[in-house]
Amino acid sequence: MFAEAGLAALADAGVDGDDVESLFYGNFMGELSEHQGHEAPLMAEMLGLDAPATRFESACASSGVAVREGVKNVRNGEADVIVVGGAERMNNLGTAGATESLAIAADDLYEVRAGMTFPGAYALMARAYFEEYGGSREDLAAVAVKNHANAVNNEHAQFQREITVEEALDAPMIAEPLGLYDACPITDGAAAVVLVSEEYAREHGLDAPVAITGTGQGGDKMALQDRDYLARTPAAEKAAAEAYAEADIEASDVELAEVHDCFTIAEVLALEALGLYSHGEAIGAAARGETTRDGSLPINLSGGLKAKGHPVGATGTSQIVEMTRLLRGDHPNSDVVSDARVGVCHNAGGTVASTTVHVLEVMDR
Amino acid sequence: MSERVRDAGFDDWLDAVAEGEGYYLRCPNEHGSFPPRRACPHCGSQDLTDVPLPETGVVETFTVVHVPTPDFTEDCPYATAVVDFGDARLTGQLTGVALEDVEVGMSVEPSVAETETTGDRILVFGEH
Repeated sequence: MFAEAGLAALADAGVDGDDVESLFYGNFMGELSEHQGHEAPLMAEMLGLDAPATRFESACASSGVAVREGVKNVRNGEADVIVVGGAERMNNLGTAGATESLAIAADDLYEVRAGMTFPGAYALMARAYFEEYGGSREDLAAVAVKNHANAVNNEHAQFQREITVEEALDAPMIAEPLGLYDACPITDGAAAVVLVSEEYAREHGLDAPVAITGTGQGGDKMALQDRDYLARTPAAEKAAAEAYAEADIEASDVELAEVHDCFTIAEVLALEALGLYSHGEAIGAAARGETTRDGSLPINLSGGLKAKGHPVGATGTSQIVEMTRLLRGDHPNSDVVSDARVGVCHNAGGTVASTTVHVLEVMDR
Repeated sequence: MSERVRDAGFDDWLDAVAEGEGYYLRCPNEHGSFPPRRACPHCGSQDLTDVPLPETGVVETFTVVHVPTPDFTEDCPYATAVVDFGDARLTGQLTGVALEDVEVGMSVEPSVAETETTGDRILVFGEH
């Protein structure tokens, strides 16, 4: 699975595997799902790379963190070529096993032992949001409907089919107020990108029209009970502030975004943390048509985690892959953002105790 | 049958809650947290003292879980709540309340029970 993604990335980049100096690899639950720790060297081997390899684990933000470390290494001159990616296998665990394995990203003593599941944690945040700002299950259903519609043409998506608001509302409850269609699926998947320095791209005549111009990371308390806010995600606010400052952009410059919609409410929280909406305003964004493909600010044109799928340790890189293709014009949904130059990727781990934000821009040539 | 190895700090704290002597850790800046800790998670102060937990707290948010982890299959469906005790919050299961009657703002008191599925100890909240 990772070889399929990694070799495609190297071929797309036109980079010789001999030039790769490191593999940064994201994976969350390999020990549990595959009885395999220490996956990074194995994955380098799968790509035929003779390079040191390191695994990054930060729950669902594992490969977002790997991307960030890759960017920093290239930027500070440590390396000219780094392959960054991630992979996760989850379906073999079944629903109960996957639920249990995902739950270990929460606080074991004070959350998991109290019976908190991951959907349960986001349900707690969703109700807290409704209490503070208002909103309804219909608003959340509109997010799922939008993301499913975006995935129809994406050949890499897990669910290339549309759903209706009624289907979403009538689906079985997972953790109230979140139902089946508020939750991303259990996914097997992999993603990879090749990061190169500007110098290397120039010397080798590479066609690399999109650059990561800003990277940011933020953290928060592990358990919801220890957070300052239950209906906001300050870790993502910090990550966005850092990434925007590096890229020298404002939130108002962002033309599209791939955000971490592991649950529908998570997309709402992400849009507010990224400064694209003020607090309490993003809940109705999808229902109002603002974040749909024809809206003023298309969000998750890939289908998002909801419909593209959420192979946990691969998701952060997968967002970079989707955004790169959207911006350079070879994504099935590129036509709706043909003039866009600035996109943002938001990858969150746990209940947003770890977050990375990356700014991607089309470069002038 | 093997017994779960005790978790230093946490199991002592659960014992205290079970005996009606629940406590939290407070730093000089009046931040609350729960053991085991050597530093305040909010300001880093290492001057933590045990302070009695208020008898009741208020439900700040809750969910009713329908898809549990394997350790809670026979307990399902159940309500998980985050309860505000003033300086600190706790997460636990609501007991003795019909699921449809759970509401934000209700006053509850903490205690310790055993789960139906595994018999493991769990922090619970009962209606006050």
